[in-house]
Amino acid sequence: MENNWPLWEIFIRSKNGLSHKHVGSLHASDEEMAMQNARDVYTRRSEGVSIWLVESKHITASNPDNGDSMFDPANDKVYRHPTFYDLPEELKHI
Amino acid sequence: MDTSFAYILHLADNALILGQRLSEWCGHGPILEQDMAMTNISLDLVGQSRSLFQLAGELEGKGRSEDDLAFMRVEIDYKNCLLAEQPNGDFAKTILRQFFYDAFSFHNYTALLQSSNEQVRAIAEKSLKEVTYHLKWSSEWVIRLVDGTEESLLRMKTALLELWTFTGELYTPVDYEIKAAESGLGVDFDKIKTLWLEEVNKVFDMAGIKVPVGGWMQKGGKKGIHTEHLGFLLADMQYLQRTYPGQKW
Repeated sequence: MENNWPLWEIFIRSKNGLSHKHVGSLHASDEEMAMQNARDVYTRRSEGVSIWLVESKHITASNPDNGDSMFDPANDKVYRHPTFYDLPEELKHI
Repeated sequence: MDTSFAYILHLADNALILGQRLSEWCGHGPILEQDMAMTNISLDLVGQSRSLFQLAGELEGKGRSEDDLAFMRVEIDYKNCLLAEQPNGDFAKTILRQFFYDAFSFHNYTALLQSSNEQVRAIAEKSLKEVTYHLKWSSEWVIRLVDGTEESLLRMKTALLELWTFTGELYTPVDYEIKAAESGLGVDFDKIKTLWLEEVNKVFDMAGIKVPVGGWMQKGGKKGIHTEHLGFLLADMQYLQRTYPGQKW
């Protein structure tokens, strides 16, 4: 079947306090259908307590061709990681 | 036959037979997402029937398990409404059948929250969460298909012609339902009828289609007199338990 329905990106919050994470995409003709489809496809095994969705065309993505200039320059700047501090033994979860 | 057993068995059969029908869509849905929606609803219904069969077995008191009741009875012992056993047809027919049933089921379970039986109240409360979603899903599809293309409207009109005659049975009580209403176990069918018609009219108004006026209403399913379709469904559904009695997985 030809499917001309727009594509939607689905974000699920797995439990309160955590942020929504991208879980995948699906086709639907409108917002209501997209929400129901997301519920049926992505939360049927109790994966979530909240759903966000957005039509894929509204997402602005970085261009993979620009990867060299976008992301490589960060590779040799290890000092941006806070790994150079000596932490006391008692400090946990940092 | 004990009337409360018959009444609960009837509720269980409704859910089981419609659940089995919907499961036939598995792998054949118009798109993956709707395939999953229908099989999810199917599983919800089978789950509801399990709780009700367990309760029916207890009420009967002859040691029959949920599997015995689901798989080891013959056609005439099933008490589901004729609507539930009607073939899937196309997607439009499946949607309309589901909507008619959901509209009934929603108000029926809502009324059963006041049942005199504690287990029935608990089953109603759990099922109502599921059915609230089913009704939203099928209502929106009715609106979408009626208000969609020429083709989808034509298919919905055809489905309406085929299914309307099976809707009267939903809200027309038989003896065990009248007894159940009197004892407080069941529901008041005058109210259910009003609520069902309001629900259907509300969604049909939004969609832009009218409910048919008058017309002969079929009945019999609740008393075990079924359309020719149920036998084939049971042959499919019962095959494994009939061939390998007591088989588990």
